[in-house]
Amino acid sequence: MSTARQMDQIKGGVHTDVRHDSAVNHVTGRSVFIDDMPNVPGTLHGALVKSPHAHAVIKSIDLNAARELTGVHAVLVADDIPGRNDVAPIFEDEPILAKGLVEYIGHPIAAIAADSMDIARAAASMVVVEYEELEPVLTIDEALERESYTSPPQIMRRGDSARGISDAPHQISGEVRCGGQDHFYLESHIALAVPQEDRDMLVYSSTQHPTEVQHGVATVLGLPVNAVTTEIRRMGGGFGGKESQSTIIAALAALMADKTRQPVKLRLARDDDMVITGKRHDFLFRYEVGFDDTGRIEGIDILMASRAGNVADLSSSVLVRALCHGDNAYYLPNAHIHGYPCKTNTVSNTGFRGFGGPQGMVAIETVIDHIAQDLGTDSDDVRRANYYDTGDRDTTHYGQKVTDNIITEIVDSLSREIDYPARKAAVAAFNQENTILKKGIALMPVKFGISFNLPTLNQAGALVHVYTDGSVHLNHGGTEMGQGLYIKVAQVVASTFQIDIDNVKISSTNTAKVPNTSATAASSGSDLNGMAAHDAATQIRDRMAGVAAEHFEVDESEIEFRNNRIYARNDSLSFAELAQLTWEHRVSLSATGFYSTPDISWDDETMTGRPFYYFSYGACVSEVVIDTLTGENRVLRSDILQDCGRSLNPAIDLGQIEGAFVQGMGWLTMEELWWDEKGALRTHGPSTYKIPGSRDVPPEFNVHILEDAPNREPTIFRSKAIGEPPLMLALSVWLALRDAVASVGGHGHLPNLDAPATAEAVLMAVADIQERAGDGT
Amino acid sequence: MGESRKISLSVNGKTYEEEVEVRFTLADFLRQQLGLTGTHLGCEHGVCGACTILLNGRSARSCLMLAVQADGQEITTIEGIAPSEDEMHPLQEAFRDNHGLQCGFCTPGMLTTLIEFLGDNPDPTEQEVREAISGNLCRCTGYQGIVAAALDAAQRLREANGA
Ligand code: FES
Ligand code: FES
Repeated sequence: MSTARQMDQIKGGVHTDVRHDSAVNHVTGRSVFIDDMPNVPGTLHGALVKSPHAHAVIKSIDLNAARELTGVHAVLVADDIPGRNDVAPIFEDEPILAKGLVEYIGHPIAAIAADSMDIARAAASMVVVEYEELEPVLTIDEALERESYTSPPQIMRRGDSARGISDAPHQISGEVRCGGQDHFYLESHIALAVPQEDRDMLVYSSTQHPTEVQHGVATVLGLPVNAVTTEIRRMGGGFGGKESQSTIIAALAALMADKTRQPVKLRLARDDDMVITGKRHDFLFRYEVGFDDTGRIEGIDILMASRAGNVADLSSSVLVRALCHGDNAYYLPNAHIHGYPCKTNTVSNTGFRGFGGPQGMVAIETVIDHIAQDLGTDSDDVRRANYYDTGDRDTTHYGQKVTDNIITEIVDSLSREIDYPARKAAVAAFNQENTILKKGIALMPVKFGISFNLPTLNQAGALVHVYTDGSVHLNHGGTEMGQGLYIKVAQVVASTFQIDIDNVKISSTNTAKVPNTSATAASSGSDLNGMAAHDAATQIRDRMAGVAAEHFEVDESEIEFRNNRIYARNDSLSFAELAQLTWEHRVSLSATGFYSTPDISWDDETMTGRPFYYFSYGACVSEVVIDTLTGENRVLRSDILQDCGRSLNPAIDLGQIEGAFVQGMGWLTMEELWWDEKGALRTHGPSTYKIPGSRDVPPEFNVHILEDAPNREPTIFRSKAIGEPPLMLALSVWLALRDAVASVGGHGHLPNLDAPATAEAVLMAVADIQERAGDGT
Repeated sequence: MGESRKISLSVNGKTYEEEVEVRFTLADFLRQQLGLTGTHLGCEHGVCGACTILLNGRSARSCLMLAVQADGQEITTIEGIAPSEDEMHPLQEAFRDNHGLQCGFCTPGMLTTLIEFLGDNPDPTEQEVREAISGNLCRCTGYQGIVAAALDAAQRLREANGA
């Protein structure tokens, strides 16, 4: 890889603050999202018939009235599917249209294609379905009771947890819950399916996983995979919500397009999007812990039960990541962490930024708080007593050695920077003087594993062409959802060729260009695709160097690519001249690149291995204030120090940190998914489901990227993944709210405050602690 | 399907005489009939702000208005705020330079909202900017870049106006 000196010279190389490649198009309204693509004449619009029951047998469906409506071209049910009615990403039997049985409110039953959205919706309301209602299972608790799961329970075990707990000087046990979260990407799910010759299908899908869309469409249509092409230029946000769920929408659009032989656009209106597609898993945790006088954990048992919804989808993988992050940054000598993906008659939950990791951390951070409460010590001392260390305290409960641990350095550096002890003292002083407003402050350390848990998924491909004028075409399997992946990979290619970034054309992700890709997920987009693109560019560069060496009659080792030129001793050529020359020499200027993450492994049976190539670290301190009379609360200040390795693009990474933190804060404080007793989601639009607005962000919000911290593993230019880790820093807000509530009871009791800590929840927790403290009014 | 009516309106300085369905929203009219797809639809019930346009210089949610209500009015969309094809409005430049965007879906609504706001309040505080965009949701950025861009734009506009 090139040296830092060379990198200074081109425009837009790695480690510089290059703007998002779509910045100008976004601010001028020229960016094309799928719904903005010009409609080909004859394009039809789709609508879905949804189940009004959480659990019912379909007795009969009468489609006649809907079919007769003028402007309706197709009304399709499960029986109309030519291939297999199954788009399960991991297991099987996850239909796109209900087969005789509906399993959640909103479950699609029929798909309608019509000349306009209005007609399609009108027809949807004319479909008559007769149901026989069954009793629904709606909550984690009920499903756990019945041992009803979407896939088998998963268990991680090290040492003897029961013994570790009982032999320890202290024991505690408890329960805590965290809620789910709607992705609320501003662009809701959409797909445009365009039939081609021979029943081939071209699908524009707002998806993080074009390959899975391609597979899903092929399966549903009964076609080989090569008959289907998926393309996506950009999404209006993804956050995990378009990892598996977009396949359902794309397959429905393709089914209608295949039947009508006309293009079909299926766009979910916001409320339908929230009702029909999956969200972050809510979890119930039960724990038992044994620890010594310093709070050091000797044995731990954590039950993690998630609400998977009606089908498995990605729930088993989300659960593994939750189990893997039940340690956060702490060494757990004897551990039994067991997970249950509970089958419920609610929408199937799915991936969401952090993918179970944030939920796992809710459990262990509650444990840390509880230990501190029990011992009457400071929770930060308990954290410190439990951090991973060298020697015999460096291995996770799933058997991975933590070799790149920098958590104490990060925490210490942040604490120093903000004078954390003084801040804590000031909060305590404030609480002494105030009876109605109470403050809380907390620190959250984060250690997050990078790589897909399943080793197979850690691979990527890229395609790079150099044209004879020196301009470059770049394609790879990663998708752009706003996170800046496209620009980062383009920076990698610019640096590899040592040319200005303006010469690198970024192109839409397309399964016909780069096949068999993994989802852009698990924060791995730039790690994987950056490496694949680097591989492709390096192959071409090496070939060009060979041509240059021949041309200048020097040894190849004397050829240097620098600042848009190729140098050999005192001679040089421009990159464009060498490209032309290479073509004249009949040497290929095109290459596919490939990358697979080295040194990772996972044994599904024993749930052990080295699933993560490296860990990303960060820490955050947040200070909050609550009104004990109303439960209203505010974050006053947050300070973040985040490890990005040697950042590919600090400006983009900063935006990722800020955005992830605020999104995490929303999950933990204000975003409440509320289902009624029949299993209907009642918060299905922004008027009832509140995501953070501009005034919810901490008024003092300081974000710093850890400097001089190259990744110890040879990742792409020694950078680190950034998409997910900072989301978990928002747990500092939740912990600070708990601290504020605890102060009401003089820190004598553990607060009963689950996530999300809405104003209502805070108020109830305050009342509860007042009662327990015996000074309730 | 349904009844339609002829309307005449100005959009981004250009006059249009159009036959529209009476139940068409202004957003659908702009996007589908005029091909101005920079106006985005995030919620279609007036909460997210993505569809904000300027109606006679005042911000309005085009998902909550019918196209026929725009008859005789002057509309500005994101496509119309730059002085010319090859130039950008200082607010657009500030968003680009301050990384005030990620996925870009909320961006047009943020900009149109802020055009009105900065016209009324050329020298706002950070708090006032946050207040001004509090009806525009962004799921990506955490708003930091957006607020920085708005404050930077205010300064650029003041300088351009010789303040
Ligand atoms: S689309 Fe109009 S406010 Fe959301
Ligand atoms: S940039 Fe994606 S919603 Fe604001």
